[in-house]
Amino acid sequence: MTKPKAGVVVFPGSNCDRDTLWALEKAGFDASFVWHKETNLSRYQLIVLPGGFSYGDYLRPGALAAHSPVVKALRDFKGYVLGICNGFQVLTEAHLLPGALTRNLSGRFICQWEDLVVVNNDTPFTNAYEKGEIITVPIAHSDGRFVSGGQSFTPVFRYLNNPNGSEGDTAAIVSEDGRIMGTMPHPERASDPILGGTDGIKVFMSLYNALK
Amino acid sequence: MLFRFRVIVMPRKDLLDPQGRAVSSVLRDMGMKVKDVRIGRSIDVEVEADGEEEAIKMVEKMASEVLSNPIIEDYSVQKL
Repeated sequence: MTKPKAGVVVFPGSNCDRDTLWALEKAGFDASFVWHKETNLSRYQLIVLPGGFSYGDYLRPGALAAHSPVVKALRDFKGYVLGICNGFQVLTEAHLLPGALTRNLSGRFICQWEDLVVVNNDTPFTNAYEKGEIITVPIAHSDGRFVSGGQSFTPVFRYLNNPNGSEGDTAAIVSEDGRIMGTMPHPERASDPILGGTDGIKVFMSLYNALK
Repeated sequence: MLFRFRVIVMPRKDLLDPQGRAVSSVLRDMGMKVKDVRIGRSIDVEVEADGEEEAIKMVEKMASEVLSNPIIEDYSVQKL
């Protein structure tokens, strides 16, 4: 059986790319890195925009990466797209997901484990979870406060103890067609017992289920 | 011709600005009668265009599509 192919985009300033690749391989993917100048994504069934500080977070987090060649190519990409943390910020800045992510209400960088509720398991990103399941996954961000700006959105994970002031306790959302998910919590950082938890690996297992 | 503009980007009024809040609380602790502080950014751009109208169009486009995010920010353009 051939493994589904996943590409992990590397921007200047990405720093969760290797962890994400590792988690994808663990879940069964044939995963490789995609440079941010790449415009041909046809060999992939899944593209992941990893966490980090693309382009140094200059201007606004994700704002410059949203205009990079690889993100332009995502507009014609027909596979699944997962944006984690900075990747989520890139997807909203590129208008591939609704809303925006702005400064945490506390004004601080928050790096801690958070309890999340899986409010939607009818997506290719969450089919391995039970609906209503409570999972524990780390966050690490300064700009994670989700605001919809009046745009409609579909939450996937909600915070039990909203750490950043996000509207509706929103931690992750999915596009209307179910093909694109953005999550502020880092599932790849909860993908092995040695990291302190394994609740996040099911995001990658869900995608594997959807694509195998 | 070269044209110079200043684009001012501010957090939207209906959105809490944690930076401004932190600064105003320090200023109040210093005994200053501060009611509100909001922090944005000022971006100076120099563009080349055949005329002012074309230059303004270009700056409006960059201000609305790149320099600001309309969901969380407002912008204004001044000619320098």
